[in-house]
Amino acid sequence: MTNKDKIIIRNMNLYYGDFKALNNINMNIKEKKITAIIGPSGCGKSTLLKSLNRMNDLIEGLKIEGEILLDGENIYKEDFDVNLLRKRVGMVFQRPNPFPMSIYDNIAYGPRLHGIRDKKKLDEIVERSLRLAAIWDEVKDNLKKNALRISGGQQQRICIARALAIEPEVLLMDEPTSALDPISTAKIEELIQELKKNYTIVIVTHNMQQAARVSDYTAFMLRGELVEYGETEQIFSVPKDQRTEDYITGRFG
Amino acid sequence: MKNKFIENFAKGVFLTSAIMSIIAILLMCVFIFAGGIPFIKEYGFKNFLLGTEWKPSDYPPSFGILPMILGSVYVTLGAIIIGVPIGLLTAIYLAKFSDKKIYRFLKPGINLMAGIPSIVYGFFALVVIVPFIRDMFGGTGMNIITASLLLGIMILPTVISMSEAAIRAVPNSYYEGSIALGATHEKAIFSVVVPAAKSGIISSIILAIGRAIGETMAVILVAGNQARMPAGLTKGVRTLTTNIVIEMAYAAEQHREALIATAAVLFIFILIINGVFLVVKRRANN
Repeated sequence: MTNKDKIIIRNMNLYYGDFKALNNINMNIKEKKITAIIGPSGCGKSTLLKSLNRMNDLIEGLKIEGEILLDGENIYKEDFDVNLLRKRVGMVFQRPNPFPMSIYDNIAYGPRLHGIRDKKKLDEIVERSLRLAAIWDEVKDNLKKNALRISGGQQQRICIARALAIEPEVLLMDEPTSALDPISTAKIEELIQELKKNYTIVIVTHNMQQAARVSDYTAFMLRGELVEYGETEQIFSVPKDQRTEDYITGRFG
Repeated sequence: MKNKFIENFAKGVFLTSAIMSIIAILLMCVFIFAGGIPFIKEYGFKNFLLGTEWKPSDYPPSFGILPMILGSVYVTLGAIIIGVPIGLLTAIYLAKFSDKKIYRFLKPGINLMAGIPSIVYGFFALVVIVPFIRDMFGGTGMNIITASLLLGIMILPTVISMSEAAIRAVPNSYYEGSIALGATHEKAIFSVVVPAAKSGIISSIILAIGRAIGETMAVILVAGNQARMPAGLTKGVRTLTTNIVIEMAYAAEQHREALIATAAVLFIFILIINGVFLVVKRRANN
């Protein structure tokens, strides 16, 4: 097991116009571990997550200070290839968002984007990705089916498979189970555990039990600040900060 | 008691208004088909639709409208070839690329295009496009290409407005999903967003076809209007609509009936186009 820092966030501030949404974040995210970010709504946890693959770039009037290093390289430096960054740092969204096309084309979308045209190779990638996302058995006979015509839980696993198809190094998950029923949620949590063998995973959740169940490290955020960050066991048993304790014991949030 | 009366009265007013428009369209159907079908029966369905000669003043006269059917089809096809790519790319630009400043300037311009009377378009084409085509291809400059260019411009507002609305209606999550996989802005738009708007875009094209095939006053100024089989892109043509307008003023008896029958054929074209439009729309909603 490695214990390398995959992502290092240094003195990071983020502004939406005049509003300071993230305040002096410092955080080291370990390779091939699951890091959970928890906190009440509006605390900046999704914003922080979306900074890691620069999805925030899409928002007008956004300004970022400080550095985010991926394998030691600042992803916000001027000549950094954003598209390559997003290939290396994949993302699963809160609401399942498969494209309105077949399951096969959904999974093959990323690889095709990055230049793979060979049909046999694509077939292999599609099968491997769907197996990795633990949905192969459910859809293998229906790869031509429109991905919008399957259940929400299946759609989310299709989205995970789609993200895995381009072999990212890091997988960002933005409350991936908040729109799903308990059975689908359990399946996806199980899957996340499985994936950590090969991927660095950062998951945002407002479900504390979920963070406690799946993650190795937990970060607790409040009003744009990183209040406490450490091993999940420690955070949930002996939090150092009073505010963390108040939150995890359900006194607010 | 009084409320009930007012409610029923209001209902009656609305119902009457609705029935009025239905009556109008029914009367139109009755007039056109009652006037046209007897002639088609008498002259022969095949002779009328597939006849290649339109010579109403010969003895005996011939009333074949195939030249006009083809004329309408050619100029409409030409309009689609010219107008759809430009219109679609404009719609994509407006919805996904333009900044607010340019948009505020372009959008009202396109809305204005939709409101300009067709005769003004025709006049513009007559003084600008016709001389240009004449210089390029010789002849009178009034031909299929000229009419197609003109109609291509005239269908732009239809294609642009409807396609833009369709593209804007695509959930942003598709775009984000694509970007998150490492796609560029352009790639995400052309590989996910635009295909997701497909049915709306196709609807806009179908309506544009309807507009082009029905256009009359602009086309009449620049198409040449020769009632003969289309002989080439740089030769003049006559469409179904212009055929009616040009001859209706002096037509009598059988000639007049033949023109009404021409209108019936045009009407059927429009019905088919609207039918296809409804099917596409319904499929999109499922």
